[in-house]
Amino acid sequence: MMTITTEPAAGVVRVRVPRRSIAHDLRAVKIVLHRELIRFWRDRMRMVSGLVQPVLWLLVMGTGLSNLARSGGGPAGEVNLKTFIFPGVCAMSVMFTAMFSAGSIVWDREFGFLREMLVAPVSRSAIVIGKCIGGAFVATLQGAVIVALAGLAGVPYDPLLLVELLAIMFLGAFALTGFGVMMAARIKTMQAFFALMQMAMMPMMFLSGALYPLAGLPTWLTILTRFNPLTYAVDPLRQAVFAHLNVSPELERTFNPGVTWNGWVVPVWLELCIVAAMGLSLMGVAIMEFRRGD
Amino acid sequence: MSDAAVAVHGLVKRFGEIEAVKGIDFQVLPGEIFGFLGPNGAGKSTTINMLCTLLRPTEGRAEVAGHDVVTERDDVRRNIGLVFQDPTLDGYLSGEQNLRFHAELYGVPRSLVPDRMRQVLEMVGLWDRREDLVQTYSGGMKRRLEIARGLLHSPRVLFLDEPTVGLDPQTRSSIWDYIRQLKETEEITIFLTTHYMDEAEHCSRIAIMDQGGIVALDTPEALKAGVGKDRVRIQTGDDEAAIAALGELFGLEAGMSEGMVTFAVASGEEFVPRLFAELGIPIKSVSVARPSLDDVFMSFTGRTIRDAEGTAADRMRMAMRVRGR
Repeated sequence: MMTITTEPAAGVVRVRVPRRSIAHDLRAVKIVLHRELIRFWRDRMRMVSGLVQPVLWLLVMGTGLSNLARSGGGPAGEVNLKTFIFPGVCAMSVMFTAMFSAGSIVWDREFGFLREMLVAPVSRSAIVIGKCIGGAFVATLQGAVIVALAGLAGVPYDPLLLVELLAIMFLGAFALTGFGVMMAARIKTMQAFFALMQMAMMPMMFLSGALYPLAGLPTWLTILTRFNPLTYAVDPLRQAVFAHLNVSPELERTFNPGVTWNGWVVPVWLELCIVAAMGLSLMGVAIMEFRRGD
Repeated sequence: MSDAAVAVHGLVKRFGEIEAVKGIDFQVLPGEIFGFLGPNGAGKSTTINMLCTLLRPTEGRAEVAGHDVVTERDDVRRNIGLVFQDPTLDGYLSGEQNLRFHAELYGVPRSLVPDRMRQVLEMVGLWDRREDLVQTYSGGMKRRLEIARGLLHSPRVLFLDEPTVGLDPQTRSSIWDYIRQLKETEEITIFLTTHYMDEAEHCSRIAIMDQGGIVALDTPEALKAGVGKDRVRIQTGDDEAAIAALGELFGLEAGMSEGMVTFAVASGEEFVPRLFAELGIPIKSVSVARPSLDDVFMSFTGRTIRDAEGTAADRMRMAMRVRGR
């Protein structure tokens, strides 16, 4: 057999790619995550445009509805409606950003970068996990900007509260990114992805208790809200906010009734477990979808 | 396990009803520049995608760098570099960040990353632009960056799928300079596809692919020598009569090509004096050319590569529909 010998020239740096290991997969997770952050930072327009909707809800709708509640002789009392809406607005902004981050997978597919990731000698799970955590980070950063506006909504700047809010938002963002990535695994174009997201996000928002308390609703609405995963992310946020307010028990019951299952109040820890479990299982499905696509 | 850099046995890929690759066999030797030549839609990219583990073969086996592309996929991936036909860079990252992403994803030892990165970037002349966002790069610069990235982890086999398509002639020739330079400096086998005849000439060996099969495989010189006929082009006073006369007097099949009467004949120089003596139609000019790879393609497939592109485009559209991704 003919062989063509090639002697490497002096000074050429030879690299030997190591076999796959956990350390290697972790490096992959980290770089995928890192890329999400760099891109979010580069795309500051997105950060600003992501603020418009929540601020509108908070300041315009919140203020407008406060008037209505006051003139209607409602029980608003010392609770500002803006304060009530605040956790919902946090959840919304996190949701939009998380979905957007997940959408970058579709973007990567359209622009070919996904191929660069899929031919690398790393496991599919490393790529999906990196995406999910990265998306959650980015969404939490965006959420942090809203949290910084807490004063406008009459929410106190208590460091403990801020940490609680950010932690809950991170968990919620993780679950939502998982959902987005799972959808993105099968979708080929950006337009289709956004159409689908629009279709999924609006009902999720309206049925989550972000904008109204979840007590005393008609049965059909009660049932729908209880099946909405976002409900279990919004409620802990609101519980955290109300724990740092001074309100009468009566008002607390009206504005912060918690989530009940057939009369039983679901504790916050269980709500958080539900969100975490959702996030992990959606991410699991996403990983399986990327594996199958091989 | 064989010594070959790439070994393919009876490789088949079907997309539904369509057989895109129809059972091909070949070997690529270490250190070669091996070219896949054929019209668009001949099955070149499908084959490359199977070799670099992006597509699962329907039938047959393939080994790359001594590893099976189905059962030892990760081993194959660690040992290959890829430059795709369509760009796969992140425009929002700088050139350097794109390479760093790749280094991390491939687990390149951290201590080697800076030196290796500098080396590949200098080779393609992008060291000075490394901090600029890739979206500000020209098409040629992007392709060069992809080549640098494909080399970052010192692959044993570098796959280049139509590396020069869509580039201006100057960039094309500089890309070929890099490829040749690579052969000198790195211990690497290069596997590329092209539908440019002139580029195939740079390869150590080429496989001519048409309609999913390999119709010929050899060095460019041997392939051309195998045609055994020179191409003669004449301008005459009456082209139609000339074509008829060539057929009657010499039994040659002539046709019009770019406004000249064109035909193939063994040892053209010796034939020309006879032509002048016997044709009986005034000849204004004559040229004799050694066979080109175009003629090789023609002799194996009965048509020119340009004609083949037309019909192949339809097949490709069908395949894309079936493949759906």
